[in-house]
Amino acid sequence: MSEILNFHYEVDGTDFTSAGQSSVSVKKELRRLGLPAEIIRQVSIAMYEGEINMVIHAHGGVADINLYEDKIEIILEDHGPGIKDIDLAMQEGYSTAKENIRSLGFGAGMGLPNMKKYTDEMYIDSVVGVGTKVRMIVNIPG
Amino acid sequence: MTVEKLKNELNLKAVCLADPEREIEGGYVGDLLSWVMGKAQSGNVWITIMSNMNIIAVASLTDVACIVLAEGVQLDENVVNTAKLKEINVLQSDKSAFDLAAEISDLI
Repeated sequence: MSEILNFHYEVDGTDFTSAGQSSVSVKKELRRLGLPAEIIRQVSIAMYEGEINMVIHAHGGVADINLYEDKIEIILEDHGPGIKDIDLAMQEGYSTAKENIRSLGFGAGMGLPNMKKYTDEMYIDSVVGVGTKVRMIVNIPG
Repeated sequence: MTVEKLKNELNLKAVCLADPEREIEGGYVGDLLSWVMGKAQSGNVWITIMSNMNIIAVASLTDVACIVLAEGVQLDENVVNTAKLKEINVLQSDKSAFDLAAEISDLI
């Protein structure tokens, strides 16, 4: 199936406080397109968590949002250190974030679980030393 | 209850009152931002002592009705400016999160 719309973002890995700009921008675009509020909330929160992860762990990356008739696909790709143990990383409360990140309110080990919670499908492809690609799908109710 | 009414009833300071007519439905208390994103609902009052720039993005994405800063927490000017730009309601009080939650719960 071909996509209707694509939004592409470069996620800046150097400025932690500006993280979230892509997600807020996506939220605005989806609202403009008239998608249901709960779908917008799911997509933008899942994307924000992914964006924060890329900034904390991977010096940034790229984000693509593909909008189809019946679903929204979020693809996040970075060239960071990769995830050693994905099952462990998926556990609520597990985090490798440093203290400076925790003091900002992140690094609680809820990022990946939230991404799973707010999406209908989530796939993580990660190679240590090479990078991580996360693909998430949120279905649009018909 | 609207955000403006809440501000008046509890004598809260308006740091940024971008959408005073926004209706409040329930609340959430928390400082760990991913917990807030996992648990806070659209329309909630979000009580926190966290003050960095990321709270504005979290408030926007979770679609909470307003942030209430507890314990007299102050925002930097650039955070206030971003709240205005993103039209996020931010109120502030010297009271603790516990006292604020109890008082807000009685009101709404």
